[in-house]
Amino acid sequence: MLPNLVLYEEEFNLVTDVIKRLVSSANAKVVFLVDKNGQLITSSGHTEGIDTTSLASLTAGNIAATGGLAKLIGEKEFSILFHEGEKDNIHISIIGHRVILVVIFDEKSSLGLVRLRVKKSGEELEKLFTEIDEKAGADTSGLGVDSPFAEITDDDIENLFS
Amino acid sequence: MSFINYSSREINCKIVYYGPGLCGKTTNLQFIYKKTNPQARGKMISLATETDRTLFFDFLPLSLGDIRGFKTRFHLYTVPGQVFYDASRKLILKGVDGVVFVADSQVERMEANIESFHNLRHNLSEQGYDLDTLPLVIQYNKRDLPNVVSMEELQKALNTRNVPAFEAVAPEGVGVFETLKAIAKLVLIELRKGTAG
Repeated sequence: MLPNLVLYEEEFNLVTDVIKRLVSSANAKVVFLVDKNGQLITSSGHTEGIDTTSLASLTAGNIAATGGLAKLIGEKEFSILFHEGEKDNIHISIIGHRVILVVIFDEKSSLGLVRLRVKKSGEELEKLFTEIDEKAGADTSGLGVDSPFAEITDDDIENLFS
Repeated sequence: MSFINYSSREINCKIVYYGPGLCGKTTNLQFIYKKTNPQARGKMISLATETDRTLFFDFLPLSLGDIRGFKTRFHLYTVPGQVFYDASRKLILKGVDGVVFVADSQVERMEANIESFHNLRHNLSEQGYDLDTLPLVIQYNKRDLPNVVSMEELQKALNTRNVPAFEAVAPEGVGVFETLKAIAKLVLIELRKGTAG
């Protein structure tokens, strides 16, 4: 069981920088980073018109289903998935067994280029997420030391539903 | 496992609706979708068969508003209830923060309820969760049907932990939001304890 994923501003910006660079270096339309439970971490590129929340959830479902298939045949996981469409294609890869990198690209790029650039960005992301996990591990609660949630009152919760 | 983003000041939690086939998990989500302000919800996704049975999952993202300056987002999922989709059910439980167990109140579904509840316990433990400590709410659905088991009996069979339980008629919305509110509360309280995930 993984601990809570907590991203502070500094790390969030570092992660987003990697994603931004990948959009231009891979000539991609959009790049998403999703956690394995289906929550969108960050995205860059032409995200307008794309339902990012649904995309994140379906990607995680896709990875979970192929992961299940992998186990059935004795593989640990399938770390790369590729979906080819008429115009747009989706390249999905698992980074450090933890997060999912999604690259959407069209004829302006190619599978070869995307794979090459994803490999490099993947290494950078893996390093960043290892650091993030270490930081979370040092904090046993799984939440930040200055967690704003430690002090929420019953009234705060009740107010959400009023 | 909730996801807290300090940069965008968001907190995301995952709630899974579990229960035997045709107990009304998807109907719960459909009613929530229908009655929620479009600004507070995203698109509902249903991965279903041609006969509208859930094949993989339904998904509905909801925003509940701010708490201490953090946007609270809940991702609601259902599992496929049919027994042979067990592999898919396990996948959907990954990273869950709270479970709603939807029971079918009809006499002839009692056995299916109990089997599904055991299946939930088993699948959770495989992922390292304990059904005895995870935020849990039980909903007794289909209370409008003639051949229902008494609440007392249902409680005795399923609610040994004495968690919040609600009577419901999901297509009409009876008990649907009460259930959602109860599980959202439990998940947030767990988060406050700092033991979530």
